Amino acid sequence: YLVPNVELPSLCSERFRSGPPGEEAQAASQFIADVIENSQMIVKEDLCITNGKLAWVLYCDIICLDYDGNLLDASVFALLAALKNVQLPSVIINEETGLSEVNLKQKTPLAVRKHPVATSFAIFDDTLLIVDPTAEEEDFATGTVTIVTDEEGRLCSVHKPGGSPLTGAKLQDCITRAITRHKEVKKLIDKVIKSIMPK
Amino acid sequence: PSLSAGDTSVLAGLYGPAEAKLSKELPDRAALEVLLRPKVGLPGVLERSREQQLRQTCEAVVLGVLHPRTAVTLVLQVLSDAGSLLSCCLNAACMGLLDAGLPLSSLFCGVTCALGPDDAIALDPTARQEQEARAVLTFAIDSSERKVLMATTKGSCSVEEMQQCLVTAQRAADTIFQFYRDSLHRRYSKS
Repeated sequence: YLVPNVELPSLCSERFRSGPPGEEAQAASQFIADVIENSQMIVKEDLCITNGKLAWVLYCDIICLDYDGNLLDASVFALLAALKNVQLPSVIINEETGLSEVNLKQKTPLAVRKHPVATSFAIFDDTLLIVDPTAEEEDFATGTVTIVTDEEGRLCSVHKPGGSPLTGAKLQDCITRAITRHKEVKKLIDKVIKSIMPK
Repeated sequence: PSLSAGDTSVLAGLYGPAEAKLSKELPDRAALEVLLRPKVGLPGVLERSREQQLRQTCEAVVLGVLHPRTAVTLVLQVLSDAGSLLSCCLNAACMGLLDAGLPLSSLFCGVTCALGPDDAIALDPTARQEQEARAVLTFAIDSSERKVLMATTKGSCSVEEMQQCLVTAQRAADTIFQFYRDSLHRRYSKS
């Protein structure tokens, strides 16, 4: 299992109150769960320890520290970077007692199969398209589109929750830009991961 | 009004424009709220995400500026689910808006396409077709220029496939708008 949870605590922006997660946080959590499943980033079988008995559950808590628009893109990157960093300790099931013994010394990194990257656009009344909108731009925007692509240029997710209508050609334009951006971002992520790998 | 497509059935109830609570009212437009109730269980994260999509789609078509400081509430109850639930909700929402007589800038309809394993595009898939499909795409198409109001995908597909589904969905939208016209015509010609 992989359970993502996006939290928007009040510390990140004055527009969020403390208490149960609001609609935006829940919609973001659902979006992240969809992206994980659609892109087959982590295959659930990789998380299995013994068939039918034991499996890892990964709880991903994505906590927003500072909200300046474009929550979905940042959450996807953070999740990707975190998953690449995960080390799962090896587990042996003790035959006699039936209990599991976790060996913290022996760790294997988690296999991340695909690297989805999200690109968000803010739409203004069918005329303007702004990539990576800030909070102010999002407020004034009449709609948003988020496109998640993976390495092979396949679409993992097109998320356009309402907002002003877009023609098919405009959507295609967004997708091509998303694919270009994917390549740049992937290079960046790889560089960062390499630099923090323990020697 | 209740809308059923195949075995999927959704009941839509629209209340408004009514007086809004002070915390929710917007000074220049009507505040739209969508509540989606699943058939069993309490509404969860999936329902919230669907509600947000429906709400923003409706906000794009409802002329809220004509009714400032009011609240419009749309309640959708899922009666039965046999595939293409989101597009059924979209269609029910639109018919609800029409029925209530709210001022709209255009109509919208929901279409679901499923990409089967043999690359066949299936419109309005059943639950089994959805499960077997590689990808399921749902679009909300508006009536004035057949543009895309809302898009959601489940599963991955290539860009060309998405464009193909979009074109198919736009063509299917014509049939659905004709259906709206017919049912409204029937309803208002009796009285």
